[in-house]
Amino acid sequence: MTIDKNTTMIKVENLTKQFKLPHERHSSLKSTLLNFNKRSYETFTALSDINFEVKKGEFFGIVGRNGSGKSTLLKLLAEIYTPTSGKVDVKGKLTPFIELGVGFNPELTGRENVFLNGAILGLTQKEVEEKYDQIVEFSELEKFMDQKLKNYSSGMQVRLAFSISIQAHNEILLIDEVLAVGDANFQRKCYQVFKDIKKQGKTVIFVTHDMGAVQDFCDRAMMIEDSKVVMIGKPREVAVRYEVANSSQANAGSNDGMAKSLRPQNPAVTVDSISLVGSKDETKPYRINQKDAFKIKIDYTVTEQTEIQFNLFLTNQEGRYLCGINTTESLIKFNPKKGKHTIICSYEAGQLPKGEYTPGAAVYTYCKYPSKETPILIDSFDSAYDVTLPILKIVDDPTYHSGQFNVRADWTA
Amino acid sequence: MLNKLRINSVQRSLLKQLVVTDFKLRYQGSILGYFWSLFKPLMMFGVLYVVFTYIIPTGKGVPHFPAYLLLGIVVWTFFTEATTMGLGAIVGRGDLIKKVSVSKISIVFASVLSAGINFLLNMVIVIIFMIASGVDITWIMVPLVPLLLVEVILLALGTALILSALYVKFRDFAPIWEIILQVMFYATPIIYPLTLIAAAHHKITEVISLNPMAQIMQDLRRILVTPSTLTTHDVLPVLFSYAQPIGLTIIVLVVGLLYFNKRSKYFVEEL
Repeated sequence: MTIDKNTTMIKVENLTKQFKLPHERHSSLKSTLLNFNKRSYETFTALSDINFEVKKGEFFGIVGRNGSGKSTLLKLLAEIYTPTSGKVDVKGKLTPFIELGVGFNPELTGRENVFLNGAILGLTQKEVEEKYDQIVEFSELEKFMDQKLKNYSSGMQVRLAFSISIQAHNEILLIDEVLAVGDANFQRKCYQVFKDIKKQGKTVIFVTHDMGAVQDFCDRAMMIEDSKVVMIGKPREVAVRYEVANSSQANAGSNDGMAKSLRPQNPAVTVDSISLVGSKDETKPYRINQKDAFKIKIDYTVTEQTEIQFNLFLTNQEGRYLCGINTTESLIKFNPKKGKHTIICSYEAGQLPKGEYTPGAAVYTYCKYPSKETPILIDSFDSAYDVTLPILKIVDDPTYHSGQFNVRADWTA
Repeated sequence: MLNKLRINSVQRSLLKQLVVTDFKLRYQGSILGYFWSLFKPLMMFGVLYVVFTYIIPTGKGVPHFPAYLLLGIVVWTFFTEATTMGLGAIVGRGDLIKKVSVSKISIVFASVLSAGINFLLNMVIVIIFMIASGVDITWIMVPLVPLLLVEVILLALGTALILSALYVKFRDFAPIWEIILQVMFYATPIIYPLTLIAAAHHKITEVISLNPMAQIMQDLRRILVTPSTLTTHDVLPVLFSYAQPIGLTIIVLVVGLLYFNKRSKYFVEEL
């Protein structure tokens, strides 16, 4: 199939959408008659003067914060809303992935719902009949098609809905991030399908918050802020702009007294500090070569003797948990007396790919109920709280090859 | 104008699916299923027959009064069902309209059509009943019957279009329409023969005859039940008596289509 990259599939010109928000909704005849001449509504501009074009075969991303007007734009493209002024010109048939399974009825069988949903998505009966087998095959629900939808699990319903939409096979797809809600596996499958669709030369409009996805899939992206287009460009540049806009907003928020979470008050065991053994300046990242070892020290105070366990973990710079290790795995019984204590954990640096890490710790005790082994959190000391933590900087060693994880191996010839 | 009535294959598929779904769901979980929609008018007929034959014998002079009454009830049931279902069609399908771009007019068509299918099935029962009671069919005029059925269907469609669009904005129209239907039920010669009024008040007979439902009902009875039926053409000037109800049906339909098309853009925001 040859794709003429120059065909414009979607052309939006000077698009403005306003909503009239009545102060007092007149849904009865009397109040409307009484207030006939009063203009008691507010005009809310959801989108103002939007211009852009999408060419055939493009994967076009739309990003923006909540309330920026993304969803309104999508609904205008899908012809659900009528523009207040300006033009939306869409060439060819369009499948909206704004919400899956619209019109699905739990009292109908899977098969009947395929035909109903297909018709709602703009397929003729003949088209649904032709695509029926593919839809069923894609959804992997062959055995359930003659059962009522109410007996499907929610996952099965989503699968069926997704299969119908995907098989609608129109030239243009509008995808809202709603789709990205499923589990990771389903998301991956969706994205794979979108990639395939892109290969077939179909045009995709993709609305998302996920800058990773924008950079992975989109050819171009557009950022909307406060009802206006602020940028159209390469996905990477748009993603950077979006992150900057977002973080400046977040910082503004933290100045307003958005304090970090509070640590537990007066626990039986308190973590006082976490430090890297050998580090001289705690404010600077401590460099460790991958072929070396390093030690993390936890200082803690026991005010009430109890059987405890420590969990020492590493997070990345964004605070995401990466890996952790418990004391129970090497210290069978751990029951320190009242007073100040220190516990040290030794690591081999070669287990970690190069990069910067922050350690964090948590103390648990055991609860006898419901079973003896139920751990209960006493105290935690990590980046979620307002505490000082050291930074660990693992540097490359030529004998290690960093990827998703490290492999250290020896060759023999 | 009539182009607006013509629908493309996508709309046709949607229409079909909506009607089929409606039928499947209407008697979901009931054992007698479709028979309920037959049973309802038959029950009403039974009650009214007992009342107006034995208690207030209004139908005394009318030949084949049972068939006469049943035909009236079935036609009226259709009009009530089609307009009431049509009224709530757009609001009831709000979930759909807000999420996909669907042909809104198909949703109203579907309501009227599913009432229409019920109507035709009920008509089969009426015909069986008529044959059993040995009515006087004016065979030469039977070809007019489909035209009369089309007239009542279009009248109901036009009304449903206007009501469904109004109901989106003004929820008052559900009770308003209910009251209007009640008034119309008595203003249409359904449970009484028109001759009964004609004998007493000529003016009232003329007013009643202006109602297109009266014209349709009386014409159907004249052809299918007994030639002695007093039709609106006997009451009003002949030419006017044909032009007026047909004209009114066309006006209702045209106004319905125009108003619906004008309003349908705003349904999403007003729902």
